[in-house]
Amino acid sequence: MPLTHLEPSPEQIEREKVYRDMGLTEEEYRKVKKLLGRKPNYTETGLFSVMWSEHCSYKTSKPVLKNFPTEGKHVLQGPGEGAGIVDIGDNQAVVFKIESHNHPSAIEPYQGAATGVGGIIRDVFSMGARPVALLDSLRFGDLKNPRVRYLFEEVVSGIAGYGNCIGIPTVGGELQFDTCYNGNPLVNAMCVGIMNHEDIQVGQARGIGNTVMYVGASTGRDGINGATFASEEISEKSDEKRSAVQVGDPFMEKLLVEACLELTKHEALVGIQDMGAAGLVSSASEMAAKAGVGIHMNLDRIPQRETNMTPYEMMLSESQERMLIVIKKGSEEEIKAIFARWGLHAVAVGEVIEEEVLRLEHRGEIVAEVPSDALAAAPVRHMPSKVPESYIKNQSAPDWVPQITDYAGTVKRLLSQPSLASKEWVTSQYDYMVQTNTIVAPGSDAAVVRVRGTKKGLAMTTDCNAKYLALDPKEGGRIAVAEAARNIVCSGGLPLAITDCLNFGSPEKPEVFWQIEESAKGMSEACKTLETPVISGNVSLYNETDQGAIDPTPVVGMVGLIENLDHVVTVPFKNEGDAVYVIGRPTPEFGGSAIQMLTEGRASGKAPALDLSVEKRRQSQLLEAIKAGYVSSAHDLSEGGLACALAESVFGTPFACDLQFESDPVEELFAETQSRFVVSVPEQMMKAFESVVEDAMFIGRVTRGVDLRLSFSDVTVTLNRPELEKAWRGALSCFMTTEN
Amino acid sequence: MKTAVIVFPGSNCDQDMYYAIKDGLGEEVEYVWHAETSLDGFDAVMIPGGFSYGDYLRSGAIARFAGIMPAVIQAAREGKPVLGVCNGFQILLEAGLLPGAMLKNKKLKFICKTVNLKVENNNTLFTSLYKKNEIIRIPIAHGEGNYYCDDETLHMLKTGGQIVFTYDGENPNGSKANIAGIVNRAGNVLGMMPHPERAADALLESSDGLRLFQSILNHWRESAHAAYTS
Repeated sequence: MPLTHLEPSPEQIEREKVYRDMGLTEEEYRKVKKLLGRKPNYTETGLFSVMWSEHCSYKTSKPVLKNFPTEGKHVLQGPGEGAGIVDIGDNQAVVFKIESHNHPSAIEPYQGAATGVGGIIRDVFSMGARPVALLDSLRFGDLKNPRVRYLFEEVVSGIAGYGNCIGIPTVGGELQFDTCYNGNPLVNAMCVGIMNHEDIQVGQARGIGNTVMYVGASTGRDGINGATFASEEISEKSDEKRSAVQVGDPFMEKLLVEACLELTKHEALVGIQDMGAAGLVSSASEMAAKAGVGIHMNLDRIPQRETNMTPYEMMLSESQERMLIVIKKGSEEEIKAIFARWGLHAVAVGEVIEEEVLRLEHRGEIVAEVPSDALAAAPVRHMPSKVPESYIKNQSAPDWVPQITDYAGTVKRLLSQPSLASKEWVTSQYDYMVQTNTIVAPGSDAAVVRVRGTKKGLAMTTDCNAKYLALDPKEGGRIAVAEAARNIVCSGGLPLAITDCLNFGSPEKPEVFWQIEESAKGMSEACKTLETPVISGNVSLYNETDQGAIDPTPVVGMVGLIENLDHVVTVPFKNEGDAVYVIGRPTPEFGGSAIQMLTEGRASGKAPALDLSVEKRRQSQLLEAIKAGYVSSAHDLSEGGLACALAESVFGTPFACDLQFESDPVEELFAETQSRFVVSVPEQMMKAFESVVEDAMFIGRVTRGVDLRLSFSDVTVTLNRPELEKAWRGALSCFMTTEN
Repeated sequence: MKTAVIVFPGSNCDQDMYYAIKDGLGEEVEYVWHAETSLDGFDAVMIPGGFSYGDYLRSGAIARFAGIMPAVIQAAREGKPVLGVCNGFQILLEAGLLPGAMLKNKKLKFICKTVNLKVENNNTLFTSLYKKNEIIRIPIAHGEGNYYCDDETLHMLKTGGQIVFTYDGENPNGSKANIAGIVNRAGNVLGMMPHPERAADALLESSDGLRLFQSILNHWRESAHAAYTS
C-alpha cells in the first residue's frame, strides 16, 4: 500500500493552507495550481516549496544577479552549472565556487560547517575537476560571548574534520568578528579544482531513453526541507529545525570523488550533478530542464537507509554524498563496476523521457508529476528597496579623525583584535599541506597552489570588509573585489575571475534589499574594470536574528594565475637593506576602519573612496614589477592601514625597518585609504622598480633588529617587533583557551 | 628500486608519497590497491597517511584486516624496507609490526605545522644520510599522534635504539618520551607521525625529508650489490 495515505489530501492542503507551513505563499500556491492545472498533492507541494525557496530559486536575488558581468576571454563556463570554469592555458582549466552554510551552522555548527565543505567539493568534482584547495570565509560574533566561542570552535572543527579527512588542503580564507554576527555566524566554503578541457562535464539529462543512476550514499531522513529552512530568519524556533541539518561523512565523499573522477573519463557518461540543496528534486529537475527533456524515476529503487520513507521524504532529503548521473543506455553494468570498486551504490533509478516532466513512481503508482522547468518557473519577486536613513546620515556626517597619542600602544591593541590577530589557532587545525602543492601557506595575502607538472600556480583568496559595506554598500562592494585582486597581485598572480557569496539580511526589508542592489552594482563595476567576471556564486539571505540583520557581507572569492612559480611573492621582508616603498598617498579616511572600531566601537561616516582606474593602474604596474623580479615582498594595505601592514611584514623575520615620512602620522599609519601597498625592493632593482610603478614612494630601508623606527616631522614612532608579535600571535588562542 | 604505495579506501597521502618517490627520488613507484594480495617484485613498501576506512572504530584498526596486509607482513619479515607515515604508522601499530598505540593529541585538536625533529638514531636504513642528533624540519598533520607504550616497551625501545625521531623543543601531541618515529627490532620497519613525503621537494617549506628516501635507496643499492657479488 502506498505510504501517502497518511498525508493531507490536495483538498485539505488547500483548505487548511498546509502549503503555508511548507513555505509557499498564497500567490505561489495559486501559480502551482495553474502550472499543474489541478491542486498539487502533498509530495508535489513539497517539491514546489523547496524548488521555489530562495535558496534554490534565487527568486528575490535574480533581478540583481543578472547584472553581474559573467563573460570574459578566459571564461569557459559561467554561472548556471555546479561551478564556473576558467582557462589557464596548456589545455587546463581552473574550476571554482563558493557557497554558504550559515543557517545550519547557526544551530549545529560542526555538521553545518562540515557539510558546507562537502557540498562545495561535490560542486567542483561534478564538473570533472579534481579538487585541489579549499578556502573558508568565516564571520562570528563577539568572542566574549560563550555561545559565540562554542560556534567558532565547532565550525573550525567541522571544517577541519571534513577537509582533513578527504585530503583536500584548506589553504586560506578569512575570519572576522563583529557583534552583528552574534546569533548568525557566516560559514562560506570555497573549493578550487583543476581539470583538462576535454573532461568538462555538464549537469544535463540528454538523450531520450538514457538511464538515470543514483550513486553514493543512501538516502535518509536528514536535512528534509533544509533549503526552505535556509530561506527563513533564525529565531528561537530554529533549534526545532535541527533535523533540517544534514550529517556529513567525509570518508564516503573521498570514495565518491575518486569514483566520479574515474567516471568522468568514461565515454558513457552524459551528465552528472550533485544532490545538494533540495536533494533529488533539484538535481533531477535541473538536469531535465537544462536538456529540455523529462525524467521518469522509480522511487522504490532509491537506496534508503531508513524504512518506510515516503516519496516526500525521499525527494526532499538532503542526505550528503550523493550524485545523480545520466549515462548511455546499456552501459549500466560498466558504471556499476566503477562504483563497486570503491564500495559505492550505483543504481538505475529512472530514464530520460521526451515529455518535459519529472514523473515519480512509487509502489506501482505515479505519486507526483511536475514540469521539468518548474524550478526555473519560480515567480521572480521584485522587492521594494529604500535608502536607509543611516546611510543618509553617514554620508552627511563630518569626517571623523582619531586622536592618538600612544602610537605604539594603539598598534599593539589593533593587532590584538581578533579580526586582525594571527589566525594560526585556526589554520593549524587545517591540513593545508596535503597534496604537497601548497607553495604559499595560510597567512600571506593569497594562498598559492602549484599546478603539478607545470611551472604555473594558482593564487586564491577570499575578501570582504563588511564595515565598509555597512556604511556604503556600493563603495564597499567595489572595495571587496578590488581588495581580493590586490591580494592576488601581491602574490604574483593575474586576477582571473571571481565567485561570490552574497550574505545579507531579509530581502523583505526594503533597506536590506537596497543594500543587495547597491553592493551588486559596486561589485559589478569593479569586476568590469579589473576584468574579473563572476563565474559562479551563491546567495544567502535572511541572515537575521531578533537582534537584526547582519552587516551586508558579499564575500568575494578570487583566483589568479601565476604564470611561473618564480614570480611568487609573499608578505614578509626578505633582506636587510632592501628599499621600502609605499604605493599611494594616504588621505584622512577612517570610516569603518579598524581604528574606528577599536576606539569608537562602531562604524560611522563615509567608507573609504575607491578610484577604480587608479586601482587598475597600480595593480598592473605592481604585477609587472613582480614578474620582472624587482620585488622582494609585497603586501596590500587593508584593515589597520600601514601600521598593521608593516607589522605583518616583519613578523616571523629577524627584521625591522627605518622609515621616514613627510605626512601626518595618524593619517599615514591608520587611515584605510584604498589602493595602497607596501613593497620591499633590493637595492640594485630600485631604479627599474621606480620606472615601472609610478605611484611608489621610497620611505626607507629594511633593517636587522627588533625596533621599527617610523620618523615623522614632529614625532618618531618606535614599534617593538617581539612585543607586537607576541600580542598578535597570542590573541585568538588567549580567547579560546582561558575563557572556556 | 621499485616501491609499492599501498592505497586503502580513505588514504589521502598516497599521491604525495608517489610523487616524493617518482619526482623527489627519481625511482620507480606503483600504487597497490588494498585488495591485492601480493607484493612480489617490490623492493620497498610505503603505507601512506590519510583516514583509511574513515578512521571508523579506531585509526588503522580496519586497515590491518585488508587483503594486502599479509603481504606487507611478509615483506617486513623478508627484511624489505616498510615505511608507515601518519595513518600508515597507526596501521603498523594495529598490525603488530611495531609496539605501542596511538592516543588523541593531548590538546584534542588536529595539528598541522612543520616541526623540528631530532634524529636519535642515524644507524638505520632510513636515516643513514642524516647526522646523529641533527635537527630536521618535517611537517606533521594529525589528530591522533600521541604515541603511547608501557614503561617496559619504552625501555626496550630505548635500549634497542628503536627510537629514530623525537620532537625537538615543543612536544606537539603529548607523545611518550617525545617519540615521533620508531623502528622494529630488525630495523627495517619504520613508523613515524611526521610526513617526510611532504618535505621532499625544494619548492615546499622544507626538503629535509628527501634524505630519508635517499637513505632507503642507498641501502637498496648496497644490498643489491651485496646480493650480486655474493
